[in-house]
Amino acid sequence: MRKVLKGMASLLGATFLTISAASSAQVELDFYYPVAVGGPITKIVEDMIGRFEQANPDIKVNAVYSGTNPETLSKVLTASRAGKPPAMAVMTALDMYTLVDEDVIAPIDDFLKTEEDKAWLAGFEPAFMWNSQHDGKTWAVPFQRSTTLFYWNKDAFKAAGLDPEVGPQNWQEIIDFATKLTVKDASGNVTQWGVQAPSTLVPYWILQGYAAQNGARLGDETGTKTYFDKPEVVEALQFWADLGQKYKVMKPGVIEWATNPKDFLEGRAAMITTTSGNLTNIKNTAKFPIGVQIMPGHKQRGAPTGGSNMYIMKDAPAEQQEAAFKLAKFLASTELASEWSIKTGYVATRADAWETDAMKAYLKEFPLAGVSREQFPYLIPEFSTHDSQRVQRAIDDAIQAVLVGSKSAEEALKAAQQEAERILKPYQD
Amino acid sequence: MARSRFQLAPWILLLPATVLLVAFTHYPAVMTMVKSLYRLPKGSRPAKFVGTEHYVSMINDPVFWASLKNSMIYALGTVPMAIGLSMLMAIIVNSAIKGRSLMRMFFFLPTILPMIAVANIWLFFYTPSYGLIDQFLSLFGFEQHNWLGDPDTALGSLMVTAIWKEAGFFMIFYLAALQQMNPTLAEAAALEGAGRWYFFRRVTFPLLMPTTLFVMINAIINSFRLIDHVIVLTRGGPDNASTILLYYIYMVAFRYWDTAYASALTMVLLVILAGLAFIQFGILDRKIHYK
Repeated sequence: MRKVLKGMASLLGATFLTISAASSAQVELDFYYPVAVGGPITKIVEDMIGRFEQANPDIKVNAVYSGTNPETLSKVLTASRAGKPPAMAVMTALDMYTLVDEDVIAPIDDFLKTEEDKAWLAGFEPAFMWNSQHDGKTWAVPFQRSTTLFYWNKDAFKAAGLDPEVGPQNWQEIIDFATKLTVKDASGNVTQWGVQAPSTLVPYWILQGYAAQNGARLGDETGTKTYFDKPEVVEALQFWADLGQKYKVMKPGVIEWATNPKDFLEGRAAMITTTSGNLTNIKNTAKFPIGVQIMPGHKQRGAPTGGSNMYIMKDAPAEQQEAAFKLAKFLASTELASEWSIKTGYVATRADAWETDAMKAYLKEFPLAGVSREQFPYLIPEFSTHDSQRVQRAIDDAIQAVLVGSKSAEEALKAAQQEAERILKPYQD
Repeated sequence: MARSRFQLAPWILLLPATVLLVAFTHYPAVMTMVKSLYRLPKGSRPAKFVGTEHYVSMINDPVFWASLKNSMIYALGTVPMAIGLSMLMAIIVNSAIKGRSLMRMFFFLPTILPMIAVANIWLFFYTPSYGLIDQFLSLFGFEQHNWLGDPDTALGSLMVTAIWKEAGFFMIFYLAALQQMNPTLAEAAALEGAGRWYFFRRVTFPLLMPTTLFVMINAIINSFRLIDHVIVLTRGGPDNASTILLYYIYMVAFRYWDTAYASALTMVLLVILAGLAFIQFGILDRKIHYK
């Protein structure tokens, strides 16, 4: 089968070669990128690529929209196995170990030639570099990054007799506020829940925040150890489950990722946790004034980073890799990083990107966009391990089992820890 | 000479179909079988023969058992419901009632929509408190329910969506069969004084059996084959309450990238489907009356 495929691939390749032979002086490269949030991302990317090509007439970039995050990973891995990877791709930060294990990405360090290159790489916020570093090397360039934020409905606060300008600052206040904000109709049906956090798609991401606020991590920096059954993590999950089961201020059962902001916009949930990536959409859609702040703390403040980075593929031809590095440097330059953040709602990943004139003018007009920066001192790396999708599934299943009440937090997390240890065993030596 | 040409011609005619079938059905099936006996190659680590190791770990894999159980419930729930509903719909739109072409269109409409679109529509239907179903039920004083977020109702919700999507398609086959039925049968039965239920039970239903077999095979295959709505509606959650076998295979193969274990799981699915096909063609087929 592989031989047949290879034969077909080389046949196709030969056809393309004859076509592109005419413009052989030009380096042509494929760039895969996903779209994971709303908004005209494709148009923004194409516009930026166009400007890059104008500045570098010897490089031609084929920007390929490659679906969602998991689809992009699938396509890149499949293309790499067939020996024809794109030169560069945007994939989630937590996929780094998978990509290293599959031996398909090249370390960024290989392309740092000048002092200027090194200064550029050093200019990223450290929090957004944590998920790029492994084994003393840097494997990715931060691109579309996000974090969790806490949103509230100011009208609902007024109606409940709370100060609409101040959100809850700690877990106890979340419970107190949410109790006041949970509204029932005459027959006892809840018409507005006090607080909500999503528990599908990436429940581990939300739990990671609660755990960080309780002083714990879900895993270590080597990507080979998880701490699911640590008492602090159990407490964090217990707190989350209690909001629904004990205090009855959160919608019971599992809360769909996409429904959560909709509930908020429909006035069915007064306070929600969701990604900073939803900020622009919520601001534009909400029919009521919204409040946004960094995540409330418990023992301390804490929130995870999320989102995607740019990876350069190991098996792409050297001249394509060089061109891809140029493109990465262009897309993550001070000006472009700030423009990207303003247009998409992703967090600007460089300190200097927050200081451009465009960004300053934008923040004056829309100060809430600056909230995610206030969270920088409290950010923790996104939980990522070898075989990350499988480990994630173990912890996600545990979280959901606890939230629907079929297992206790301790029991579920212990099982997830055992499962994770089994999965990670081959990587521990 | 004439004799040998006689033998060659059919083979040449069969060749294109045979090549396609072998290349895209039989060869992959055999390779799946072979791959399920090897450990996954990763980076520089080569594939290694591990025998039945994947099958042994399958026995200890609770998610596999959960997905197998869910698949059985899913098939047992959706297949008879889809058959019954489509038969009923066909009989309704075959009778001489007003606006029946409009009814036919309504019943057939879900079929022409892509499953992804259907699932997104139902995602809204199932939304707690302000979704269509909860809004409707609240008229009768029911409390709001988190349909997709509750392990007791998640799988059932998926099944309802699938039945809604499929019944209209199967209705077309029943409608065609009903229209081919000789009207003298109904006249003769009416003369003999047979009631409508008796006529259905003793005449219509047996004559529809070949169609039912066809529909049943398709419904069963679809129940194992369609997972688009699972991805949109629940992603197998909460806590694997709605993970069906093919969705689990998809997760293992294209999320975890453990294609070796996914091959072993695929073999299980293959054996189940082969078994079902044997029962249907080998046993049921003989009991059905064809004209």
